[in-house]
Amino acid sequence: MSDELHEVTLVVNGRPMTARVPARRLLSDALRHDLELTGTHVGCEHGVCGACTVLVDGRPTRSCLTFAVMVDGQEVTTVEGLAAADGTLHPVQQAFHDCHGLQCGFCTPGFVMSVCGFLADNPDPSDDEVTEGISGNLCRCTGYQNIRAAVKQAAGTLAEQGLDPRQRARSASLAPEQGAVAQDDDQEAAS
Amino acid sequence: MKPPPFTYRRATDLDEALAVLAEVGDDGKVLAGGQSLVPLLNFRLAAPKFLVDVNRVAGLDSVETTDAHVRVGATVRHADLERDTAAHAANPLLRRALQHVAHPVIRNRGTTVGSIAHADPAGEMPAVLALLGGHGEVASTRGTRTVTPDELFVGPLESSLGPDELLTHVVFPTPPARTGSAVEELARRHGDYAMAGVVALVGLDGDLHVTSARVAYLGLSGVPVVVDLGEQLAGQSHDALEPADAAAEAVTHTDPQDDIHATADYRRHLAGVLTARALRSAAADAAARTPATAKATT
Repeated sequence: MSDELHEVTLVVNGRPMTARVPARRLLSDALRHDLELTGTHVGCEHGVCGACTVLVDGRPTRSCLTFAVMVDGQEVTTVEGLAAADGTLHPVQQAFHDCHGLQCGFCTPGFVMSVCGFLADNPDPSDDEVTEGISGNLCRCTGYQNIRAAVKQAAGTLAEQGLDPRQRARSASLAPEQGAVAQDDDQEAAS
Repeated sequence: MKPPPFTYRRATDLDEALAVLAEVGDDGKVLAGGQSLVPLLNFRLAAPKFLVDVNRVAGLDSVETTDAHVRVGATVRHADLERDTAAHAANPLLRRALQHVAHPVIRNRGTTVGSIAHADPAGEMPAVLALLGGHGEVASTRGTRTVTPDELFVGPLESSLGPDELLTHVVFPTPPARTGSAVEELARRHGDYAMAGVVALVGLDGDLHVTSARVAYLGLSGVPVVVDLGEQLAGQSHDALEPADAAAEAVTHTDPQDDIHATADYRRHLAGVLTARALRSAAADAAARTPATAKATT
């Protein structure tokens, strides 16, 4: 391949990562192939299914409709950036788990990232707003009702925790990490 | 399904962008939000040799609202214009229409000016620009010019923009007082391309009788079609509108096509139904936007 290579640095889940990619490298492929973050899924590759949704500078974006080189220097959050270091699921992930908001799981990373962006904009959505908020993501298993329930549950949990849904989950373990800000609510909940 | 190779050129100021566009000419294509262009590349329906990324061009990312208009720069995302409170206060039709543009995630990245330059006959914002009688501001190394919607939209996905030209801004005039708007469309799923769509403006006098009425259609012809229905509806009361005849006449100006989603006849039928609905809804909106004092004193 004779494509000219561009050095692209992305701040992925808070960590600067650099790759040399051709201009035509889609952000979805850069994440999966160059940065080996395969949590972002690729479905239709033309912006219809939403499986590849990630946050770019905090906003849900179709990574299959964005060239990596276009977002050089910007912040990207993928599904790998949501769970806490000890494995505690993010409230949106936990809600999908609790409400059976997934079956095969292929569409789930895209749904989860879309919902994180949606709830950041609209922390207490009505049922209709939830439907509109997830309308850009396709799921062929669930029939969507459980996904809608998951969004409602996640909204409640996020409000209780006072967590920006675009941020990593707080650790539920009893021992706070060194230097971590006190997380009183979490510790009470876990004890 | 991967895009074909291209040479990437990123411009950071307008002069640089215009110089690059002039240099690459017919081989170049402007890249802004990419929400229409990248699918075409992924399907290999388009294979420009150069993409000129204007996302970081300074000075094109603002929404400017005055008494007369809302002026939108080339890199303003649909979502930004949708959330702009000053633009919404001046002209609620913009937000109303933007909420029908694709899905929220697409609107986070896609640009309003880009969707107009793309000239998709099913697009909402080209129809809104045509309905409002707005214009575009076009720049190239040869100078600047303004284009009316009639001049800009040549055919389906075809604009009159030259290969060296950039649509830098679009200007949406603010409708006069006591004017209401509505957007009505029918799509298989919310956010999908509409099988038929109409945007409407209705103006009222102080007694809440119709003084002006205009509709623009999307998805029903190769370019946005604007039909003036002021004469047919003049004098009718805002809450007892009889739009059926006007709607039937208006629809004869469209030229719908068959496709897998709907036949031409069905689209024509939808257009009539949606026109009547949009006119009623725009008249109600105009009445709601008319302050009680204005109603009493005029």
